[in-house]
Amino acid sequence: MLQFIAKRLAMLVATLLVASFAIYGALYLAPGSPIAALTGGRTLPPEVMAQIEARYHLNEPFLTRYWLWLTAAVHGDLGESIPLHESVNTLIAQRIGTTLQLVLFASILIVMFGVSLGIIGALGRGAVDTGVLFASTVSAALPAFAAAVILQFIFGVMLGWFPVLGTGEGFVDTVKHLTLPAIALAATSTALVTRVTRTAVREELDREHVQTAVSRGLPWSDVVRRHVLRNAAIPITTVVGITIASLIALSAVVETAFALNGLGAYLVQAAQNKDFAVVQGISLVLVVAFVITNVVVDIAYALLDPRVSLGSRAQ
Amino acid sequence: MSELLTVTDLTVRLKMDSGMREVITGTSLSIAQGEAMGLVGESGSGKSMTAKAIARLLPDGAETLGSVVFDGVDVLALSGDELREHRAQVAVVFQDPRAHINPVRRIDDFMTESLRTLRNVPKGDARTRAATALEEVGIDDPAKRLRQYPHELSGGMLQRVMIATALLSEPRLLLADECTTALDVTTQAEVMAILDDLRRERGLSMLFITHDLELAGAVCDRTTVMYAGQVVETREARLLHGDPLHPYSAALVDARPDIDSTADRLRAIPGRPLSAFEAPSGCRFATRCSFAQDSCREHEQVITELDGGFVRCERAIELRGKVREGAHV
Ligand SMILES: Nc1ncnc2c1ncn2[C@@H]1O[C@H](COP(=O)(O)OP(=O)(O)OP(=O)(O)O)[C@@H](O)[C@H]1O
Ligand code: SF4
Ligand SMILES: [Mg+2]
Repeated sequence: MLQFIAKRLAMLVATLLVASFAIYGALYLAPGSPIAALTGGRTLPPEVMAQIEARYHLNEPFLTRYWLWLTAAVHGDLGESIPLHESVNTLIAQRIGTTLQLVLFASILIVMFGVSLGIIGALGRGAVDTGVLFASTVSAALPAFAAAVILQFIFGVMLGWFPVLGTGEGFVDTVKHLTLPAIALAATSTALVTRVTRTAVREELDREHVQTAVSRGLPWSDVVRRHVLRNAAIPITTVVGITIASLIALSAVVETAFALNGLGAYLVQAAQNKDFAVVQGISLVLVVAFVITNVVVDIAYALLDPRVSLGSRAQ
Repeated sequence: MSELLTVTDLTVRLKMDSGMREVITGTSLSIAQGEAMGLVGESGSGKSMTAKAIARLLPDGAETLGSVVFDGVDVLALSGDELREHRAQVAVVFQDPRAHINPVRRIDDFMTESLRTLRNVPKGDARTRAATALEEVGIDDPAKRLRQYPHELSGGMLQRVMIATALLSEPRLLLADECTTALDVTTQAEVMAILDDLRRERGLSMLFITHDLELAGAVCDRTTVMYAGQVVETREARLLHGDPLHPYSAALVDARPDIDSTADRLRAIPGRPLSAFEAPSGCRFATRCSFAQDSCREHEQVITELDGGFVRCERAIELRGKVREGAHV
């Protein structure tokens, strides 16, 4: 276990190095300059320009700048936003909560509805199963931004049940504000999880060891719980984990559509403003979140399946 | 001896995409209290389906005609709790223990599950009984084995676990469906000896399904031979091997490689084994029988009593004592 975690930590560091270098490089090569955004197109006196350039090391060679950024980042300082004159750490801290809440909310929806609908479809067969399949097909075909617009229109504008924009304050209000975004974010993934769950449960139902359990006269509920669902939990957990990891990237679309002040929306905005330090900082946070989610999936997988030793999924 | 199980005129049809498919036709057999009945026949002859019908494990949508009576109870009519109780009394030892034991649960859990859930035996007691049962089937260090997962045990060991578990729940009837086929030869013999011993000690009735007539002869009281979904012969097990009544049984005897015979005596039965749904009208074995004549194909063969056995062949009396020579030709 410890060895596994050490190995994954080393991998995380390597991933972060590569990712940060790639992002830094891409931003360096991208057209436009942070100063243009800062000055709003006005021409500044050369002394001022020189001062700004010196302050942000804009004249240094690429590798030097990357190195400066990296050493600061290792010490927990993600730099400063040139246009906003603010520390990237603060900017991220202000927004990470919203994104976390949104992703958590959507994850709960995915697990609650995806897994249970999948189980109901697999065990129910007939009309119930057809209903589940239909619902999941529709919802799978719906991209997050389309889901956002439709939900806003129906539940926000027409019915007025939920606020359409913004984050809200306090627990109840936050939940209210995040309900539609979370649904929009969860829609496609819920469909995916429903289908995987349905298939996994079906496959497990047909297994010989389930027949053994039936042949021993165990109650059907025990057979389903102790043998079918217990074993189907292995593939289901994996797909849920991967799905949640993908929400991290998808949240940008939904946050933008619902004007939520989260990391994803801010990443988009910062990229438009050439606010390189912010783009770099947020990207790294997202990569870390993604890698950590994957490690958690690996651990869960090994815990659920005694035939698998830790880390073998990754190999 | 009083009959524990009586199967009468059992016909089974399975639901396929293309309609119903008959896999057993009018099978009858009975097993007395404490008796071991062998069930032999080539692949597809319906042996497993017979066992599944008895344990009520046929696939969804299967249609059954005839009757299965177990200890006075009409098995085919059971449902709900009564059906579960019936299943609990009929233990099945499957061919492939690795597939038939849940891979993600410990041996302990597998062995004690029935006791705990169906008989309300406390966990600790169930565990002790499981450990004793493991010792009985010749497994050392049971405490350690109980903590292990199926993938940590060899196939032979797992099959012993399966047998020990089947006996733990104190069933009245054991259905063993080719329970040693998946094992290597030495292990086969060991597992077979253990099963035979423990069954006799307990006076347990058994339906023993195998491809191997001689093995059936060694461990069973009587043997039933199936061909294309029908019973073609039932006879005292030790007699069947040397003195079969039906040409098919004789062919099976001769198809078996004898340990002390040379390879050139080994012959396969000509033609391909048939399942019930592809069988011709008239005698189902006629396409492969070296004694077949026109009259055999003209009508269904019926089972008749002969020399203390039962045989489904119109020429049986005439061929009495000669079927094996014919099979040699
Ligand atoms: N699940 C199923 N669906 C449809 N047909 C089946 C199914 N299982 C078995 N059959 C068919 O039923 C017939 C009898 O099969 P059964 O399994 O009883 O044969 P068997 O005598 O046990 O053969 P083997 O020695 O190969 O185990 C065969 O024709 C087989 O193809
Ligand atoms: S009835 Fe005829 S074909 Fe059938 S087994 Fe007897 S001799 Fe052979
Ligand atoms: Mg079989």
